[in-house]
Amino acid sequence: MSMRSIAAAPPLAVAGTSGSAGRMRRAARRRRQASNTALVLLYAVMLVWTFTPIYNMVMIALEHEGDVYGSSIVPVQPSLDSFWVVFSQGYWYLEHFWDQFGNSAYIAGMVTFLVLLIGSLTSFTVGRMRIRNGWLLTNAALLTYVIPASFLAIPFYLIMNRYGLANNPWSVIAALVTFATPYAIFIFQEYGRSIPIELDESARIDGASPLHIYLHIYLPLMAPALVAVGTYALLLAWNEYLYQFLLLSDKRSMTVPVALAQFLNSDVAPWNYMMATAIIYALPPIATYYAFRHRMSSGLTMGGVKG
Amino acid sequence: MTAATVLDVDRPAPRPRRSFWRYWRGNLKGSEFTWALAFSVPYIAVFLAFVAYPVSYGLWMGSDPALYSDVFSDVIYQDTVVNTLIFVALGVNLKLFLALLLSGVFMRPGWVTKVMLMLFVLPWAVPQLPAFISLHWMLNGEWGLLNNALWILGGIEGPSWLNERWTALGCAIASHLWKWTPFWTVILLAGRMSIPQDIYDAAKVDGATGLNRFLFVTFPLLANLYLVLTLLATIFLLGDFNTVFFVTGGGPNNETHLLATLGIRNAFDLARPDLGVAVVMTALPVLIPLVIILMRKLKTAEVQL
Repeated sequence: MSMRSIAAAPPLAVAGTSGSAGRMRRAARRRRQASNTALVLLYAVMLVWTFTPIYNMVMIALEHEGDVYGSSIVPVQPSLDSFWVVFSQGYWYLEHFWDQFGNSAYIAGMVTFLVLLIGSLTSFTVGRMRIRNGWLLTNAALLTYVIPASFLAIPFYLIMNRYGLANNPWSVIAALVTFATPYAIFIFQEYGRSIPIELDESARIDGASPLHIYLHIYLPLMAPALVAVGTYALLLAWNEYLYQFLLLSDKRSMTVPVALAQFLNSDVAPWNYMMATAIIYALPPIATYYAFRHRMSSGLTMGGVKG
Repeated sequence: MTAATVLDVDRPAPRPRRSFWRYWRGNLKGSEFTWALAFSVPYIAVFLAFVAYPVSYGLWMGSDPALYSDVFSDVIYQDTVVNTLIFVALGVNLKLFLALLLSGVFMRPGWVTKVMLMLFVLPWAVPQLPAFISLHWMLNGEWGLLNNALWILGGIEGPSWLNERWTALGCAIASHLWKWTPFWTVILLAGRMSIPQDIYDAAKVDGATGLNRFLFVTFPLLANLYLVLTLLATIFLLGDFNTVFFVTGGGPNNETHLLATLGIRNAFDLARPDLGVAVVMTALPVLIPLVIILMRKLKTAEVQL
């Protein structure tokens, strides 16, 4: 029930009944009240649904280790100790936390950069230079986009071991770039259609090389799409677990999610430290997401539905 | 190259080569073609090294028919197939139907809606692993927040959610909905917003309001998008690893595995990579037709994700 349908209700009532105006107005008010109540209820359910797991995370992070195994639904003696323990790497499981956080950041940064670079170069050749049989590239990208990444994990792992890239962040970067670039290519091509090709052509007549056109015309005009795709790639790298788990096993080369999962599998999982780690790990993508939210959702649906 | 000297004598020989390059060159002049090649090499390299090679390697690994009798006779595998079917069928349809309804709610004007949308998309921004670990502990039968809350607020003794197959699978589906419904809601919301207002105005003149408006105006216009999203969500869900791996861990007694998690378990816990690949390969008869239909749709329908 949207606002507009409620506003549109009275005319229909006019057509349907020929009762007094007062009765109709009362009926309309009742209907509006009912739909407002339903809406408030819906919003309440939505808030509880959305925030319960997040509240759980925060609550446990604020508790002391012993209190985690209790039956309270609010922190008994809330304190920020767990966060301090994580920051100062003051627990044997967390002794390489900052290394691991750095690895996560390094991988996410490199993935973002490479996805933007490879994606924009490819869509430039296909969409702007109109390379012959460019559809082959587009189709290869489309195919990659619809292959579930987890189905390729086993052969990918064996191949990376053969290349001698086990425990090397570049093996993870390669995997993530592979799975994120197709999306970049679509978005760039779709967005590129809104930039007049005449710009490229006149530069070409003036003798500009393709590299010059790419750097000085294409990239600046593509900035909004670059931001959207960059955010996407960053979140993808931050979300990923399977490849990082398979390819990085050394304590110093692993990333935060892999370390967290190791925590989970140990016999005495210190849940308050785990949740504090989880929150710290979740903050950068949440901040990035909210900073670029509008760009991103317009990117996600760029061209969304046409007609 | 030794053959070239022989061929040089033969007049027509150089021509197919020249026209071969001319064909690829298209309307690009001299150095432009070199640039175009240089620009497309990175993606071609990525595709060959990290998609084509692993795919063919995987197909080769799973090509031994004897593997499949091992796979099909495995009781865990049989459970897994049932789980995957349920997980995908419920996961995809519930998620998209909810997203379709909620996107309608978020079309309402006003700041309350805007704030609600901002809060509602939060699970999408939270990385999977922290979210699923939190859900795993929240659903713990003894110490989890859910059962504690049920007890304190309602006096209900909740079940141990993750220790029984069907409740565990239900929890995995719910967790997946929690994490991914916002994403699809935002996409459908953009789909709804792209419907021109005049169509609604025209429908209003014809007396279509409320449910009728949705059934005869909104849905027909969104139907194609909805179909594409369903196909895409099905493929994504077939490959979903993190939800089950972290929320249920495949337990109890390996009863809640999906094809993706069972494949990894066989490959790494049992150290049988070929068996892992074989498990995943059994999804291909479903996956390939879906991929073909989806690739056609994505190309013709001009729906981009």
